[in-house]
Amino acid sequence: MDIDKKLVEKIATLSRVKIEEKEVERFSKELSKIITWVEKLNEVDTKDVTPVANPSDIKIPFREDEINDGKIEEKILKNAPEKKAGYFVVPKVLD
Amino acid sequence: MDLKNINLEECLKFLKEKKISSKELTTFYLKEAEANKDLNAYILLNSDNAIKSAEESDKRISNNTARPLEGIPIAIKDLFCTKDVLTTAASKMLNNFKPTYESTVTQKLWDAGAILLGKTNLDEFAMGSSNETSFFGPSINPWSKDKKKYVPGGSSGGSAAAVSGNIAIAATGTDTGGSIRQPASYCGIVGVKPTYGRCSRWGIVSFASSLDQAGPMTKTVNDAALMLDVMAGYDKKDSTSANLKKTTFYKDLKNKKKLRIGIPKQYKNDQLNKEIIKFWELGIEFFRKNNCEVVEIDLPHTEYALATYYIISSAEASSNLARYDGIRYGLRKNSENINDLYEQTRAEGFGEEVKRRIMIGTYVLSAGYYDAYYLKAQKVRSKIINDFNEAFKMVDIIFTPTAPSDAFEQGSKIDDPIQMYLNDVFTVPVSLAGLPAISVPMGLSKNNLPLGFQIIGKSFEEDSVFSAAKIIEENSNFKRETEK
Repeated sequence: MDIDKKLVEKIATLSRVKIEEKEVERFSKELSKIITWVEKLNEVDTKDVTPVANPSDIKIPFREDEINDGKIEEKILKNAPEKKAGYFVVPKVLD
Repeated sequence: MDLKNINLEECLKFLKEKKISSKELTTFYLKEAEANKDLNAYILLNSDNAIKSAEESDKRISNNTARPLEGIPIAIKDLFCTKDVLTTAASKMLNNFKPTYESTVTQKLWDAGAILLGKTNLDEFAMGSSNETSFFGPSINPWSKDKKKYVPGGSSGGSAAAVSGNIAIAATGTDTGGSIRQPASYCGIVGVKPTYGRCSRWGIVSFASSLDQAGPMTKTVNDAALMLDVMAGYDKKDSTSANLKKTTFYKDLKNKKKLRIGIPKQYKNDQLNKEIIKFWELGIEFFRKNNCEVVEIDLPHTEYALATYYIISSAEASSNLARYDGIRYGLRKNSENINDLYEQTRAEGFGEEVKRRIMIGTYVLSAGYYDAYYLKAQKVRSKIINDFNEAFKMVDIIFTPTAPSDAFEQGSKIDDPIQMYLNDVFTVPVSLAGLPAISVPMGLSKNNLPLGFQIIGKSFEEDSVFSAAKIIEENSNFKRETEK
């Protein structure tokens, strides 16, 4: 599959990564090459095959939905690039 | 006493016999690490705190309250969160990140008395096979010489270089598609990727969550078993960690097992160079000499493993790395507009390879392409797992090369992503199946670079993996110090 420049721009937007005009062509070439390469999987007959998300046979256990911490506001905010009065600060989202 | 070439087992013995103190040992290794800065194995040295911890350990040793790894200075891949100590994932994105918590695996190591020597270099967010994608520059293979710089492999390249270069007694790594085993092979050390679920993933910077596993990187098989016993175990903070009885791999290594060894015919491909085939045959002889039965096995979907891996790991990475948004931690490029803030932050914070994988992952998960790529890959993964299940009806372990070549020169593959991905051709199928595997050094290539071999076991049967690895280690008599 050819990932053309328009598709590269769409993927970049979905990925929330700004790419420069001059990078678009390079990404188009690289991504096309990689995607064409992985299309090798079309050779495999996967009719009636169950997809696998977790390779382990171990059943994931359920647990009670309990609060087991708290009062860690300071820890959570410690690495925030911008914070104010116990909150993360972001630019205005709604006009 | 040769402190430089000492292994973990010997260290513990000398500490116990008070032939050396942990403070002397730790000071020595900090000095060596400083003196070998050209290897670029460490992103950060924990100089002051390491000495303090060593003094604590010496107290414990003198009052007979020593724990299993008391006083041993070890290196930690900079993908493990360490409380109040910089944790960068070798990315500009986390260049200033000091976690407020400790990863489960590192906490277990500290609870066992180990000492944090420093945080080691890696490919950015563990994405790479050469350590060249690190924001802090590439780490160098200690076996480099004649002005040629060879890569240590990746992504746990700094850990491998530190152990191989004798600037750490042992190290931790993480392995998603070969990131412990391939650098162990390139640097002539032992590296273990345990069964998926054996070690907790909590507090390790996530790359691809259905594949990521932590493991030890050491000088000997015994050291790896000893260290994995400490690192392994159930953790309620990682719902995919296995709640099984405490492992005793180190103790159990004393009893040699009689094993049936499988050789996958699909791994003998045309690209494999002749000297690797020679060592492979030698290894098969070692097993036969030790009363192991050797049979050829069939893993028919091997050729599809890499493509499957790149779809699944990139998809999971694109999802996991969505958290780096410039809001809660890490780099931020300010803007008036929230989307612009995200996009600028991520454009500046991520390197080329990480961007490439995020974009591939985003694409294969996007509406209209999900079934054709991601779901397809999950189905082929099922077939690859089934191949191993069938093979393991006939054999106890599978013996293969770790990588298709010895270490390559810096700069030789970095511009061709697919060439770089091909390094993982023998390690990736194992990761997709979640199986345990080890890389053990066997000998040197004609370039005088180490060659490692991989031993793959059944799920949660690392004991057989270690047992087989001992046979290879004892018979090949690889000299880590040779001509380095």
